[in-house]
Amino acid sequence: MSKEPVAVVGIGQTKHVAARRDVSIAGLVREAARRALDDAELTWADVDAVVIGKAPDFFEGVMMPELYLADALGAVGKPMLRVHTAGSVGGSTALVAAGLVAARVHGTVLTLAFEKQSESNAMWGLSLPIPFQQPLLAGAGGFFAPHVRAYMRRSGAPDTVGSLVAYKDRRNALKNPYAHLHEHDITLEKVQASPMLWDPIRYSETCPSSDGACAMVLTDRAGAARSPRPPAWMHGGAMRSEPTLFAGKDAVSPRAGKDCAADVYRQAGIVDPRREIDAVEMYVPFSWYEPMWLENLGFADEGEGWKLTESGVTELDGDLPVDMSGGVLSTNPIGASGMIRFAEAALQVRGQAGEHQVERARRVLGHAYGGGSQFFSMWLVGSEPPDS
Amino acid sequence: MTREIAVVAFAQTDHRRTSEEFSEVEMLMPVLHEVLDRTGLKTADIGFTCSGSSDYLAGRAFSFTLALDGVGAWPPISESHVEMDGAWALYEAWTKLLTGDADTALVYSYGKSSPGSVRDVLTRQLDPYYVAPLWPDSVALAALQAQALIDAGDTDEPALAAVATRSRAAASANSHAQLRDSVPHGDYVVRPLRTGDCPPVGDGAAAVVLAAGERARDLCARPAWIRGVDHRIEAHGLGVRDLTDSPSTRLAAEKAGAFERPVDTAELHAPFSAQEVVLRKALGLDDSVRVNPSGGALAANPVMAAGLIRIGEAAARIHRGESDRALAHATSGPCLQQNLVAVLEGDPR
Repeated sequence: MSKEPVAVVGIGQTKHVAARRDVSIAGLVREAARRALDDAELTWADVDAVVIGKAPDFFEGVMMPELYLADALGAVGKPMLRVHTAGSVGGSTALVAAGLVAARVHGTVLTLAFEKQSESNAMWGLSLPIPFQQPLLAGAGGFFAPHVRAYMRRSGAPDTVGSLVAYKDRRNALKNPYAHLHEHDITLEKVQASPMLWDPIRYSETCPSSDGACAMVLTDRAGAARSPRPPAWMHGGAMRSEPTLFAGKDAVSPRAGKDCAADVYRQAGIVDPRREIDAVEMYVPFSWYEPMWLENLGFADEGEGWKLTESGVTELDGDLPVDMSGGVLSTNPIGASGMIRFAEAALQVRGQAGEHQVERARRVLGHAYGGGSQFFSMWLVGSEPPDS
Repeated sequence: MTREIAVVAFAQTDHRRTSEEFSEVEMLMPVLHEVLDRTGLKTADIGFTCSGSSDYLAGRAFSFTLALDGVGAWPPISESHVEMDGAWALYEAWTKLLTGDADTALVYSYGKSSPGSVRDVLTRQLDPYYVAPLWPDSVALAALQAQALIDAGDTDEPALAAVATRSRAAASANSHAQLRDSVPHGDYVVRPLRTGDCPPVGDGAAAVVLAAGERARDLCARPAWIRGVDHRIEAHGLGVRDLTDSPSTRLAAEKAGAFERPVDTAELHAPFSAQEVVLRKALGLDDSVRVNPSGGALAANPVMAAGLIRIGEAAARIHRGESDRALAHATSGPCLQQNLVAVLEGDPR
């Protein structure tokens, strides 16, 4: 049997900010969901099922919040699934929702991911107690900094590359009305002069803590035919996981990431990602992850990713724009961050990305990762329906 | 929906009041080994893996990431996780097999209630602004539901006691159960519920293997074919629901095809005796149906695994030739807010 093609016909985000004190969690998610439905010109009654993701529950202190959110998301009387795959969850959630359409279990599915980080402290929420984590390994930056240092040593990249990524992403964010950080006075010198947090990661090379939600309406071929605006078509999607820590793990370029990308490219018929993919929304919470993931995703040979960044290839007007929206470096409601990558990829191929639109973006990759660089989820969307 | 998918193997731990000498991974690993051994499959042979659990039981963010180590996810695997009972992980795996992306799936779930007070922990599921701050615990909410049923004339305390007695007597044949044989009905915990009306608090894990089409016949002499599975959610607020009814269960059963032909067995996830009364009514089960031959959640209720165990127990009866058509049910949320129904069948004999 063949799978049903999956189309994105509605996208909604909240304006991401440090603290949304004006809304409850329910108010926050409903805002994004309403915008996605409005974009698709659909109502709650058109939705067959809801798939929701966030990570982890401790951030807001609500266990399995989907139970409480059923009313706010119009899910009463419908199936509601709750996905949790650490930082990759926003992407995984979209893929689970897409699976329901692809399997022809449902025709139209609302998928949504959120985080209201202002209700907690992400730094300590991400610091596992000993013995589950080493002493003094505070927050995600403490975990990832040694792997960045390993990349720099392995590739011979000059230590200026990270600041170039942060400077680019923060400038891109100025063109995205939903981005959290709008640093109008940003300069490369300011990034480079910012305090060192976890050597070699500086303050301006890290993601903020955001409140926000992102929603998408996914539908089948018949639903896409009724769409008032151009749909984005899913050409491939995959998840891969590997253990947290073990002797054979390559923390700089995990095999799960390579395998996940290879599966997506196989599904989409991509042979040369560097030439055939027009832009990438990549999960870059710390600036150095751009060159690292460029290699992991097959856009550059090992040790060569930083050269793409340094030569301007990944700029908004470059040959392979990366994080046109400003990325995770500019907006990070953790549970939603992966879905924002997927949604921004879809906006690009629909030609709906506004000021940060890449011209002739026909095939765009959305990428997310989580845990100790161990969970990966990706999709490739296109402006044309898949061949089959 | 042309692809036939079956439960081909099931394994579970012995459910116990505490397992403090084991980590979650240590609790889970024997179950994973057992379920794979039953099919002869290895981790690398599995097309898709999906698990269900809750961080709140362990009291630690991302607790499932450590459980993944027990799977042996190397080389990397296609894997996902729901922060729900494992029955919903099975649903995600079932949809994955339907797409044709995989032919086999490993589904597991686990819960350790012993590190904390599960009555307190479950209050954190409630509306965080208006209800959770009052800390109404899970037994108190179930008692509201039981009293509503008694007030409506749907049951009485002796009838509830009979449900509990029947369940624990059935569990005498289940070596994994935590409460078995003759259990005193005890004093009131929260009126009208006595200790006997409430589930034991315990730790446990379960796993199943799913397979599609001919693959299922290769792996199992009598596969338990999933004829349908559906789940529905209701409003969260108890004040806007009729606690004596479960329309979401009825709708899920209808969508899963449960009413097309009678079932001979029903494994119901009813942690409290009164909830069996609600579910029997919603599902239209009469005395011809064998309800909870495993003893059900009144005999063992490892939170996050108890729903998957219902599917596993129903499937195992089909594997053993003790059932031809069985219904399995899982629930989540206060007072049966969210419900899943699966219909399983063996090949005709």
